[in-house]
Amino acid sequence: MEIQPGITVDGLRVERNGTRVFEGLSLSVARGAVTGLLGPNGSGKSTLMRAIVGVQRVQGGTIDVLGEPAGSPSLRSRVAYVTQAPSVYGDITVGENLHFFSRVLAAPEASIEAALRTVDLLGEADRVVNRLSGGQRARVSLATALLGDPELLVLDEPTVGLDPLLRRELWDTFHGLARENRAVLVSSHVMDEAERCDELLLLRDGLLLATGTLPEILERTGAGDLEGAFLRLVDEAAP
Amino acid sequence: MSLRVTGAVAGRVLRQLRRDPRTVGLMLGVPSFLIVLLHELFAGREVVFQHVGGPLLGLFPFVSMFVVTSITMLRERTSGTLERLMTLPLAKLDLLVGYGAAFALMAALQASLVSAIAFGLLDLHSIGPVWVVVVLAIGNAVLGMALGLFMSAFASTEFQAVQFMPAVVLPQLLLCGLFVPRAQMADWLRVLSALLPLTYAYDALAHAIRGSFDARFALDVCVTVGATLLALVLGALTLRRRTP
Repeated sequence: MEIQPGITVDGLRVERNGTRVFEGLSLSVARGAVTGLLGPNGSGKSTLMRAIVGVQRVQGGTIDVLGEPAGSPSLRSRVAYVTQAPSVYGDITVGENLHFFSRVLAAPEASIEAALRTVDLLGEADRVVNRLSGGQRARVSLATALLGDPELLVLDEPTVGLDPLLRRELWDTFHGLARENRAVLVSSHVMDEAERCDELLLLRDGLLLATGTLPEILERTGAGDLEGAFLRLVDEAAP
Repeated sequence: MSLRVTGAVAGRVLRQLRRDPRTVGLMLGVPSFLIVLLHELFAGREVVFQHVGGPLLGLFPFVSMFVVTSITMLRERTSGTLERLMTLPLAKLDLLVGYGAAFALMAALQASLVSAIAFGLLDLHSIGPVWVVVVLAIGNAVLGMALGLFMSAFASTEFQAVQFMPAVVLPQLLLCGLFVPRAQMADWLRVLSALLPLTYAYDALAHAIRGSFDARFALDVCVTVGATLLALVLGALTLRRRTP
């Protein structure tokens, strides 16, 4: 079977507000797996995701997404993106938000209910988003990305601050999506979430510290957990 | 552009308005209140009310649509929803025309209500057909809306957006010919006046009320429509898929 392309980033250079974020970043993300983009705040996770979905102005390098340059018009219905801050309309209901996004994506009406069930908001469909808690609002934002039939999901910290039970269910959902040969890229600053990912990209200060599965990284560094591995990798990188 | 997506945007904006009855109430109530106020202010001086009241049927909606749309669009830009929309299969014109259609509907309600009050209750007279006056009043509102969408690109906070009202709207209001006929203005002011779109929107309305559908009226209508389309296109150019 021919391997379908996921994401290939090559020599990416990005500057934001006059400071360098990436100076020649290269990495790849495969289909059929949940890839965790892990790193502390300010490491460049969101900027990388913005570049992949084509809303970040870049200074150099190439990003190939599903076989096309990032930001190509044809990718807009193939890639789903959830921003870190919930980006939904606060003054209308949960259902009205999903209805709007489903019409833009030409997704079937039935996918709204399925998405709401996945994020456990079926009972809140008639509530105005502004009256929901922060976690619920984040889930509305996530639900909009589950509409349609994306081949790549780019999710910026989708599980932060959520109930552990729901977090586990969402990770199961991500793996279910990956099993359907989609690429799922999930960022997190919580190192513990590494064990839920098939593949890891460890980012710090715009540099890729390590890639591979969690056991691979632990073995390579001899650390007991990812936090420890992270520290050893930082020490190794320091002159 | 796609009709489905444009319709989705218009429907969503209308739902946002429906969930905010106070704003809708203000949009419909304030111009109605102001035209009554004006009528009482010029009680016994019907000629003045006749001269000022007619064009104001369009100027009120022009101002309120400018403010409402520039703030709504600014919210879209600052809340992150615009960035999200830019990753979806949505053309920039889908967004602007969708907004335009929703607010044009509001403008139609607003202009119809104010016209009904002015012609029905306040003895405002129009020599030209009333429906032409109402259509032109809606045109004024749509122009205000298009300028508001465009200007929202230059505001990064809601405070700035509100300040565009006096900065962009008031000079046009002063120079459109309502307060001082354009023929009596100093030359440089008349030139400035000729460059501002509201001058034409106002003049078309004034012509319609006088019933003088001449070449100047045709020019007024063309310039108003052209300026509206230009503002929409310029607004589309300010929407960027990629940001720094």
